[in-house]
Amino acid sequence: MPFSEEWLLSGHSTIKATCVQYRLVVRDVNTLQILHLYTCLDQIVHMEWSSDSLFILCAMYKRGLVQVWSLEQPDWYCKIDEGSIGLVSSRWSPDGRHILNTTEFHLRVTVWSLCTKAVSYIKYPKACQKGIDFSRDGCYMALAERRDCRDYVSVFVCDDWHLLRHFETETQDLAGVEWSPNGCVLAVWDSCLEYKVLLYSLDGRLLSTFSAYEWSLGIKSLAWSPSSQFLAIGSYDGKVRILNHITWKKVTEFDHPASINNTKAVVYKEVERKPVVGSADLSIQQHITMGSTLFNTQSKYEICPLPVQVPVVKPDLDRANPKVGVSSMAFSSDNRYLATKNDNMACVVWVWDMQRLGLLAVLEQTSAVRCFQWDPRRPRLALCTGNAKLYLWSPAGCVSVQVPAEGGFQVQSVTWHCSGDSLILLGKEQLCLCYMEVGEEEEEDDDVK
Amino acid sequence: MPESSLEIKDTSCSSSRYRMSSLRQYSQSSVLPLPMTRNPYTMPTISAFCTEDNVSECISYINREVSSLGFPLLCTESNNGPELNLVAVLNNVYNLLQLHRRCLQTVEDIEVEQVKSNSNMDYLQLSNTRLKDQLELSKRENTGLLERERQLQLKVKSLHNCLKNEKEEVQKLQSIIASRATQYNHDMKRKEREFGKLKERLNQLLIDKKDKKQTFEVLNYVGRSDGKRSLWKTGKTEARHEGEMYKTLLNDYDSRHKDLLMENAELKKVLQQMKRDMVTILSPRKPSQSGEKHDDSLEQTSSEEDEVCDSSRESLELSCEHAREQLTNSIRQQWRRLKSHVERLDSQASLVGERANMNAIPKEVHEEEMDRLKLEIQQYKDFIHTQQQLLQQQLNSPCDDETASLLNDCYMQEEKERLKEDWKSFEEKRKNFEAERRNFTEAAIRLSHERKAFEEDRATWLKHQFLNLTPFGDQMKPQMSKSQSALSGWAESEVRPMSTPAKLNKSLSHTAFSTSRASPAKTPSTADLYRTHRLIPEKSPSTIHPKQDSSILRNDDVPAQLRHVNGGANCRAYTFTGDRIGSI
Repeated sequence: MPFSEEWLLSGHSTIKATCVQYRLVVRDVNTLQILHLYTCLDQIVHMEWSSDSLFILCAMYKRGLVQVWSLEQPDWYCKIDEGSIGLVSSRWSPDGRHILNTTEFHLRVTVWSLCTKAVSYIKYPKACQKGIDFSRDGCYMALAERRDCRDYVSVFVCDDWHLLRHFETETQDLAGVEWSPNGCVLAVWDSCLEYKVLLYSLDGRLLSTFSAYEWSLGIKSLAWSPSSQFLAIGSYDGKVRILNHITWKKVTEFDHPASINNTKAVVYKEVERKPVVGSADLSIQQHITMGSTLFNTQSKYEICPLPVQVPVVKPDLDRANPKVGVSSMAFSSDNRYLATKNDNMACVVWVWDMQRLGLLAVLEQTSAVRCFQWDPRRPRLALCTGNAKLYLWSPAGCVSVQVPAEGGFQVQSVTWHCSGDSLILLGKEQLCLCYMEVGEEEEEDDDVK
Repeated sequence: MPESSLEIKDTSCSSSRYRMSSLRQYSQSSVLPLPMTRNPYTMPTISAFCTEDNVSECISYINREVSSLGFPLLCTESNNGPELNLVAVLNNVYNLLQLHRRCLQTVEDIEVEQVKSNSNMDYLQLSNTRLKDQLELSKRENTGLLERERQLQLKVKSLHNCLKNEKEEVQKLQSIIASRATQYNHDMKRKEREFGKLKERLNQLLIDKKDKKQTFEVLNYVGRSDGKRSLWKTGKTEARHEGEMYKTLLNDYDSRHKDLLMENAELKKVLQQMKRDMVTILSPRKPSQSGEKHDDSLEQTSSEEDEVCDSSRESLELSCEHAREQLTNSIRQQWRRLKSHVERLDSQASLVGERANMNAIPKEVHEEEMDRLKLEIQQYKDFIHTQQQLLQQQLNSPCDDETASLLNDCYMQEEKERLKEDWKSFEEKRKNFEAERRNFTEAAIRLSHERKAFEEDRATWLKHQFLNLTPFGDQMKPQMSKSQSALSGWAESEVRPMSTPAKLNKSLSHTAFSTSRASPAKTPSTADLYRTHRLIPEKSPSTIHPKQDSSILRNDDVPAQLRHVNGGANCRAYTFTGDRIGSI
């Protein structure tokens, strides 16, 4: 049975939407009661809440269709048909009243207004890693463009889609644009063939250029700290470089060595435990959950004595997009910690202390880390490795939590509720809502099927 | 044969003995070749030389021989032929023997030398062969090495060639890569341009296309999220947007500026504090160290410091460049001073260390002493330990009755002594108690005496009273005065203690103790006494007693003090009397 599932938490956090094939189901987060049920014209590929949680956008790329539903007025509808020009991506503008559709072949970006039914076109959008970025306050949009084999960046005012600035960037092949959280600096980076980060002011002035090395694969990921104070650049050489916001020079460099002998770091190693073997001497915190069946091996964390050898996968460098380098980075909400993952050490998540500018903790999992995300309120990191467990890290320690679900529930990704009180674990066919309580975790699973 | 030897002898000079001996040897060997080669010392050959028959010839022969060899002649010519001179013969024989011995000695020496040289030669030959072998070997090695060198050189050459080839290859490849890159870039640009054109075209076509256009269906329009109406696009909007943009930028810069200012202020504060600390650290020590010699410089520095302080104070408020410079300069200056100071301290410390080294000898002595003392302590400790052990052993062994009894005796002795002491103290206490008791009994006896006297007094007094009541009052008057005289006597006696109150108090305190014991027996009587004293004036207020008393007292020129006592405080007067009774 063809099955697709999308789910999203609304920005205002009381409602959650899930969609199964043609149907869109909106539920209350706390009670999981169905609030609304909408039926779309085709299989929903993409779904997105508007910023004020009043509308839901459902995109059906194959048909070039976008349908919008209102929560306030269930009988209100909106349908956008891009026609034969096609559709590859659809998204809300930050005000939740405009929809930006990118057509096939990136011919243009169409901006549809729900307020005035007005349509605007933006030509020459560049197909790249991150071609569009809205500033955090929703005022400005930066769009990467490609004209005559040159890269340009256009800054639009989201209010009325007025083109504020348009400037050429000194990049070979622009890969992405990202606003600083305060919306005043735009980071632009080149494709992986060249290590180059350009920092532009809101008014289009080039503030600084940073390049760590040449002749080797360059930037793989980029992350701003929530305070806009730091810009973390992860690259294919397995290092994270931190730039400061005053001089835009490198503050420090975090390496991901295969052998850890930093005495200030704590290495947590996940140890899978067969039910027979019952030595819990070294376990930091152990959660014996109810549904420990034969298939669910329990696991716990052990603190490894230094030095520790981290398993490293030798990547095949001859193939494109080799599994090497820092692919994901995330700052905690309080700017204190940075979590990183190096692709040739797929089982390991590194947590760095941004005050000390040093390694704080290393989480070595038994399987490859799929996804990690910080609690939006507290310094708490949730991660999943594609098995039936949820892993949480906080400065106090590390926990492995068994998801109490029948069958092979495999957590593919995790998302925090904006209050930090609950957590959605998404499996292949099920999703599980995990409610955090002070001092203990209590789970409740919800079979969508 | 002897001729030849003679000839030799003639030609050579017979001076040196060695030469002679060698010559003799030679002559001997030449004279007696056969026996000498086999065994030169065997007698038979000599005996064969001289027989009974040829003695004279032998003598003559020997004589000749001897004379030719330079020895004195053996025979003396006499008339009947040559006569053998025995002394000469013996001398010659002795000389010959001597010579012979010497010859043997030399032969031996020469033989030894011969052996030595032979062995030496052997050794030399051996070493020679060895060296030859070595030479051969090294020659072979040399050739091998040369061969290898040649080979290596060949290799190097080939490698050089290889390197050159590789370099050329690399260059070629690089040029190829470069050309490919340019080609690729060019192609890409071309493709991209084409792609762009195609996009344009597609866009155009799609826009022009009628059958499937973009559609937008909305039930009704929704309001803006901020609730405002959208504004018309005019020239003003652009300016507004620009303004807003610059506003946000300015805000950002403002906040950043503020942060930096705050940070700066903090840092300045830290600098100030550092400077102040430095000044406080440095200033009090200055005079003590630099002394009077550098007084002028000190003044200068202090003035500088003041200046510096002023400037820094200013700089805290003004953040202009000049002030900052001053502050940093002052800090630098202070720092330099601190550094020099620390260096000086360091050098002093090193000096002190040297001095300490100088004082090392007493220290050593001290240490020795310490060691000795420690050793002693250890010895004593051991001693104590052994003693303890012994004691323990003795205690532990129950069979040892003697020691047990001894120990018991010890304990008994101790106990006895303690008991004795206790006994003594008890004894003392007992004595004290007895003394007290005696005092009490004495006091009781005295009291009983007094009481008796008093009773008697009362009896007489009562009798008087009784008699006064009788019609024979006139007759009794002289008796009455007598009693009064008795009373006056009592009053007089009372005056005395009043004049010396301290003494009285003393006696009072003393008697208080004594009376407390005697009171049970005494109180009724005193109470009676009191009652009688009180009762009498009450019962007969008309009686002259108090007033009469006083008047009588006045008449007797008694001081007013007493009168007051008697009239005003009867009770006190009574106590006085009581006391007096006690003290009597």
